[in-house]
Amino acid sequence: MNWTAVASIYRFEMARFFRTLMQSFLSPVLSTSLYFVVFGAAIGSRIDEVEGIAYGAFIVPGLIMLSVITQSISNASFGIYFPKFIGTVYELLSAPINFLEIVLGYVGAAATKALFIGVVILCTASLFVDLSIAHPFAMVLFLLLTCLSFALLGFIIGIWAKNFEQLQLVPLLIVTPLVFLGGSFYSISMLPPLWQKITMFNPVVYLISGFRWSFFGTADVPVGTSLLAIGGFTCLCLAVIWWIFKTGWRIRS
Amino acid sequence: MSAILSIRDLRKTYEGGFEALKGASLEIEEGEILALLGPNGAGKTTLISTVCGITTPTSGSVTVAGHDILQEFRAARRLIGLVPQEINLEPFETVWNAVRFSRGLFGKPKNDALLEEILKKLSLWDKRKSQIKELSGGMKRRVLIAKALSHEPRVLFLDEPTAGVDVELRKDMWEVVRELKADGVTIILTTHYIEEAEAIADRIGVITKGQILLVQEKADLMAQMGRKQLEVQLTSPIAEVPEALAAHGLELGADGRSLIYSYDTRGERTGITALLNDVAAAGLVLSDVVTRQSSLEDIFVGLVAGEES
Repeated sequence: MNWTAVASIYRFEMARFFRTLMQSFLSPVLSTSLYFVVFGAAIGSRIDEVEGIAYGAFIVPGLIMLSVITQSISNASFGIYFPKFIGTVYELLSAPINFLEIVLGYVGAAATKALFIGVVILCTASLFVDLSIAHPFAMVLFLLLTCLSFALLGFIIGIWAKNFEQLQLVPLLIVTPLVFLGGSFYSISMLPPLWQKITMFNPVVYLISGFRWSFFGTADVPVGTSLLAIGGFTCLCLAVIWWIFKTGWRIRS
Repeated sequence: MSAILSIRDLRKTYEGGFEALKGASLEIEEGEILALLGPNGAGKTTLISTVCGITTPTSGSVTVAGHDILQEFRAARRLIGLVPQEINLEPFETVWNAVRFSRGLFGKPKNDALLEEILKKLSLWDKRKSQIKELSGGMKRRVLIAKALSHEPRVLFLDEPTAGVDVELRKDMWEVVRELKADGVTIILTTHYIEEAEAIADRIGVITKGQILLVQEKADLMAQMGRKQLEVQLTSPIAEVPEALAAHGLELGADGRSLIYSYDTRGERTGITALLNDVAAAGLVLSDVVTRQSSLEDIFVGLVAGEES
């Protein structure tokens, strides 16, 4: 393993993040506060509690997931798309590194940034509502796995995208609806029976459910299933990336 | 000298079916400067991209200091530095960070003293804290060179290093290349400027239609293919070449004020003495004598035209 190269890519990507630290920090704080104003105060005042949890607190795990998933994807997809766009990818391709090292550098940095934003949101949320975390280790594990797996997905999108429109397409058309419909702001049990069944095909449901369990000890689906789902998703993304580098799809002619 | 880079029967067919390389073979000796000349679309950039790992070869083999570029890609690529044709740089990064990144990417431990030396040599030291987007085009090209040198390559590829660069900067660049050669770096450069190859290369390779047409010592190539002309200028014009000089195969200059004699520099006898004696005997009065040697450009144009016809 060329660890020096991995560290170089990681540092280079993190430098981009630190150049815009204020934006990176302010935007999640602002959007979380807005969500609390809209969902917590306006809607929450009409819903006392969901599954015995105050509505304001109930939406926290979903809010964190929403941002973490979006950030992981956008950071990782932009991270690898930008070198392709400006042509600096030649250096990655001609360097003595393999696909695993490139992925570790880019995905590691993207996941770190998303994790940072997740923590910022958690801190912001704790200013608005009373939060207790029932299973802190599981919480951290779910958060890490989510950052990692969606950064992998973002990396794939970045390789696949041929222009900036395509870069936005998957997050906008697929990921955001899945996250919103994945129980970020409600419990699956609140849906009509047919929709409860349909919802089970949405992979994000398992993530949010597991993550919420780590906070409150209650979940829509068993925690084991959640872990399996996210583990399976991570493996799938890894397999796709392995194939991309083996065939050179869209990066090496 | 031994070959540091061996390219054998390299072929590359792109997905669309375009055959960019049709069995190119080339041996490059350690420490030399080889200029690769060829018209647009000849396969120069594909050849370089394949050796550097950016393009996957369809068949054939390439070794760098004995390391196969596919089987031992890490060992092979560590020895190679690439300065691409396009100015591909991260615009928001500083010069210093960009160079450090390149060194790290090639797995080399931090060595700020060396990077400082490289930047100073390329007159970039004062700009090290500037964002790359603030630099001029010529400066950006130097940053590309600095990045390629940052990991101490033994073989450096310069893909059209002076395209769009003004004359002064081009000469500076040649100086840098000469210094690198003095440091023992093997240099392969592609260029459109024959003047460039003539000025700095040890050997010249000509590539057309995906094949290496020839590789030769620059001096040998010029001597072998270089035809020399002697122009005898006359004080008063003549209508035709005098009978007495017919044996020399002369051409009459456009205004009838000169006689042009072509000869081969390789020949033991150039025939100049006999010609001048005959000219004097024919009663012609000379005003001046000029000799001209064909440039690499003439040779190159002749070669490529010959190949195409």
